[in-house]
Amino acid sequence: MNAAVIVFPGSNCDRDVATALEQAMGKKPIMAWHGNADLPQVDLVVLPGGFSYGDYLRCGAMAAQSPVMREVVARAKSGTPVLGICNGFQVLTETGLLPGALMRNASLKFVCRDVTLRVEAANTKFTSHYAPGSLPRMTVAHGDGNYFADAATLDELEQSGRVAFRYVDDAGQATPEANPNGSARSIAGILNAAGNVLGMMPHPERHADPLLGGTDGKALFSSLVQALS
Amino acid sequence: MSDPNSAITPEVVAAHGLTPEEYTRCLDALGRTPNLTELGIFSVMWSEHCSYKSSRVWLKQLPTTGPRVICGPGENAGVVDIGEGLAAVFKMESHNHPSYIEPYQGAATGVGGILRDVFTMGARPVAIMDPLRFGSPDHPKMRHLVSGVVAGIGGYGNCIGVPTVGGECSFHASYDGNILVNAMTVGLARADKIFYSAAAGIGNSVVYVGSKTGRDGIHGATMASAEFDDASEEKRPTVQVGDPFTEKLLLEACLELMAGDTIVAIQDMGAAGLTSSSVEMASKGGVGLELDLDSVPCRETGMTAYEMMLSESQERMLMILKPGLEDVGRKVFEKWGLDFAIIGKVTDTGRLVLRHKGAVVGDLPVDALTDAAPMYERPWEATPKRAPLPAQDVPAPDSIIGALTTLISCPDLSSKAWIWQQYDHTVMADTVARPGGDSAIVRIHGSNRGLAITTDCTPRYVHADPEAGGAQAVAEAWRNLTAVGALPLAVTDCMNFGNPQKPSVMGQFVGSIQGMSAACRALDFPVVSGNVSLYNETNGQAIQPTPAIGAIGLIDDLGQTVRHGLAPGLSLVLVGDTLGHLGSTLYLREVLGREDGPPPPVDLAAERRNGDFVRAGIRAGTIKACHDVSDGGLLVAVADMAMATGTGAQLSVPSGQLPHAFLFGEDQARYVVALAPEAVPGFETEARAAGVPVLRLGQSSGDQLIVEGHGTISISELKTRNEAWLPAYMARP
Repeated sequence: MNAAVIVFPGSNCDRDVATALEQAMGKKPIMAWHGNADLPQVDLVVLPGGFSYGDYLRCGAMAAQSPVMREVVARAKSGTPVLGICNGFQVLTETGLLPGALMRNASLKFVCRDVTLRVEAANTKFTSHYAPGSLPRMTVAHGDGNYFADAATLDELEQSGRVAFRYVDDAGQATPEANPNGSARSIAGILNAAGNVLGMMPHPERHADPLLGGTDGKALFSSLVQALS
Repeated sequence: MSDPNSAITPEVVAAHGLTPEEYTRCLDALGRTPNLTELGIFSVMWSEHCSYKSSRVWLKQLPTTGPRVICGPGENAGVVDIGEGLAAVFKMESHNHPSYIEPYQGAATGVGGILRDVFTMGARPVAIMDPLRFGSPDHPKMRHLVSGVVAGIGGYGNCIGVPTVGGECSFHASYDGNILVNAMTVGLARADKIFYSAAAGIGNSVVYVGSKTGRDGIHGATMASAEFDDASEEKRPTVQVGDPFTEKLLLEACLELMAGDTIVAIQDMGAAGLTSSSVEMASKGGVGLELDLDSVPCRETGMTAYEMMLSESQERMLMILKPGLEDVGRKVFEKWGLDFAIIGKVTDTGRLVLRHKGAVVGDLPVDALTDAAPMYERPWEATPKRAPLPAQDVPAPDSIIGALTTLISCPDLSSKAWIWQQYDHTVMADTVARPGGDSAIVRIHGSNRGLAITTDCTPRYVHADPEAGGAQAVAEAWRNLTAVGALPLAVTDCMNFGNPQKPSVMGQFVGSIQGMSAACRALDFPVVSGNVSLYNETNGQAIQPTPAIGAIGLIDDLGQTVRHGLAPGLSLVLVGDTLGHLGSTLYLREVLGREDGPPPPVDLAAERRNGDFVRAGIRAGTIKACHDVSDGGLLVAVADMAMATGTGAQLSVPSGQLPHAFLFGEDQARYVVALAPEAVPGFETEARAAGVPVLRLGQSSGDQLIVEGHGTISISELKTRNEAWLPAYMARP
C-alpha cells in the first residue's frame, strides 16, 4: 500500500500522521508538496491537521484552491480513498468533497482535550477494525470544529450511514457536555456518498502509541492497511 | 520623530531614554554629534533590555559551565548535550510590558520571539512553557488580560504546531499594573550542528529573510526599559503584531537550509530588530557590516533609515551566507514564499555603515555600541530579614478539611485546565506527560528517551527573603524534574524585577542572584541562558520580585518515569524533614489573610540528598507515584495525587506535631511517594543508610481523602472545588 500526505504551508500534523501511517504500513508515506499538481499514484491520500495558509481566510479555504487539491479532488471522484483530519476535514468541506461546514467552536475558544467517540459506521475502509458502537478515545485540538449542515443534509447523512463518529460521554451517550465544539448532532466525522472520503476533527494519529495516552486511533490506520493492501 | 534632519536636542535625547551622562558617553564614542538614526541605534543598544547595563555585573556570579554545557549565556539560547549526538536548546524570555498594553499580540509575539531564538540555533522547537503572573482577580482589567494572554499564547503556539506543555499561573495584587508573561521554548538539534551568530568572512553576503519590515514595534526595547504610568496605554503602537503562519514557514525554511552547509552565521531580529541583530553579529565576529537599506524588504513605502533600523516587525532573520551559495538560500526561501534579500556585506572596518538612497546615513563603531555600553553598579540595599514566625504562634484553622478546600480552590492552586485546554499540548505526537504534573515530559522523537521540563518560582518567598527565595526557585525546579524520574540538567532564567535605580529593588535582584547561584552550584545545575526584565513598576509600585526558573532534565528510559496520580493499595511515605514552617505560606495568606514571616529555609545538601534518593527509587521501579511538596504543603500534595486519578488516601498526623503545621507547612526538599506496602521496610532501610528522613503517612484506597481525627472529604468534591474557580471567574458577567 502507498499513501501520500499532502503538505500545505502551515500544515503541522503532517509528521505525526506520517509516523502513524509508517507504523501501520511498514513504510513511509510520500510527503507531497502543495505546489506540485502531479501527485504520484497512491492508494490513499491524507490531508493532515494544521493551519494551512495560516487559516487567515476561512479554515481550509485557501488550501482548497491549491494546485495539488485539483488533483486530489479528481482522484477522490474516481474512488481513491481520502482521509482529512482536523484542518484536512476543513479542506474537504471547502472543496465540496464533503457536505456542510466547520464553524468556530461554540465556546469561541480553541479546545485541546481527549474526547470519547462512538463509532457509528464500522463498515467502511477507514473503520472496519472498530466494533460498531465501540467507544475509542482520541484528542481534539481545534478552534473551528463545530460541524454545521442544514437539517436535510444532516438527515441524509444519518439515513445513509455516513456519520462515522459522534462525540459521546463515557456511557456512550451524546450529551452537550461531551460535545467539545457544539457540532450539530455531536458529529465528529463524516463520509462522502461513495464512502471513499472521510473527514474527522479528532486526531487518531495522536492516539497511536501507548506512551501518549492511548492506542485507540491505531484501528483506523490498520483498517486502511487491510482494505488497501 | 523620524525626520532624519531633525536636531538632536536634550529633549530628543531624553525621549530616546538616554540620560545626559549616557549621551555624553555616546558623543565620546562617536567623536561627533550623531544623526537621528545613529541616536536611535545608540538608544536601543544601550537600553536596559539590550545592554543588561544594571544586571550584567551580577549575572556574572551565576555558574554557567558544566560537562554537558555546549553553549552558555550570550547566544540566542543555551545548548546542552543530551547524548546520542543530540543537544537540547532552550531559553526563557519575558514579554511583560507589551502584554499589559495589548495582551493578545504581546503574548503571541513573546512566544514567537522565543521560538525564533531556539530555531536560530538550528534546533526544531519541541515544547513551549508559559509562566504567567497576573494581578488581583478583582482588578478591573484582569479578566481581559488573562483572556487575551491565554488566547495569544494559544493563537501563536497552536498555529505553528509546537505543543505548549505547561507553565504556571498565579495571582497577586503586586502585578495589578505589570503582569508577567514569560515564555520558554525547548528545541532539539544535532550536537554537531549548532548555529551561532558571529559574522565572519570579509565580503560575505548579509542576507535578510522572513517577513517584510513595517513600522510596528519601533522602540519596543526602549519601552521595555521604562516604568509604566497611567499614559502607558498610549504606547500601544509600539507593540508588534505576530504572524505565526509566517513563522512556521520561516522555521521550516531555516531548518531546510541548515540541513545543508551554506550558513556562516544567523541571528534572529528580536528586540531592536535590524539594529541589534546586525550589531550583535558584527560584534561577536569582530568585523564590520555595511548595509544597503534600499534592499531591505519593506511593507510600507517611504520608510526612513531610522524606521527600518528600529522596527521590531516579527518573523525576520539575518544571516551571513558562504560566498557563492546565495542562490541555494534564495531557492529555499522562495519555495516557502518568504522574502530573501542580500542587503549588505561583511567588512573588516569594525564599523556599522548604513547606506540609503545613495548617501551614508549612519556610520558607527560596533564596539562602542556593545563593549562600550554603559554598565552600572547600582547602589543596593539588602532586604531586611523578617522576624521568625514559630508555628505555635500561627492559629490553627477551624477545620483542617475546610482549610484544605480553601487552599485547593484559591486562585493560585485551583485547576488551570481552562488555560491549558486552549493550548495544543499534544501536537507533534511526543507529549508523554501533559500539563498539570510536576514536570511535562516530551519524548525525543523516534527514541525511548525524553526531556522533562518545568518552570518555577514562588514570588512571595523572594519578596520575603530574596536570597532564600532565589535558592528555593532553583531547588523547586530541580525537585520537579526529579519527581518524574529525570536527571536535572540545566537552567534558563527570566529575572522579572522593578526599577533597578531603587536600592531596595536592586537589593532584591542581588539577593536573588546570590540565592540562585548557591543553589545552582550545589545542585550542579548551570544557567545556560536567560533574560532580564526590569522596570516592572507602575506609578512607583514594584512587582513582587520574580526570578522565574525554567529547567530541563533528561530521562534515559521513558519506561522509568512516574506521575503523581495514586493507584489503590499503595503505601504513602513522606521523604524529607517536616518542621512545620508556616511563614510566608499559602496557608497563612489564603486561610488567615496574612503575608508575614520568613520563607522556608532551603537546605541545599538535604535537597540534593533527598532528590537523588527519590530519583533512584523511581528508576528502580520501587516508587510507583511521586509528587513534590510545595505550595500549600503536605495535605495539598496528597490531595493533588488523589485528584489526578480519583483514588483516595488515608493519612495520619504523627503525635507531637501541630496538625496545621504538619499538614500545611511548606518545608522544602520533600516528596510524597507511593510504594507497594511490602516495599516500605526496604525503602526505609535504604533511606536510613542514605541519611534521608522518611515517614510513613498512610495508604491509598477508596474514593475519599481521610485525615485521621480531622475529617474526611470525597475526591469528587475536592475535584469539583479545585476545578470550579477559574472557569467561574472567567465567566463572571
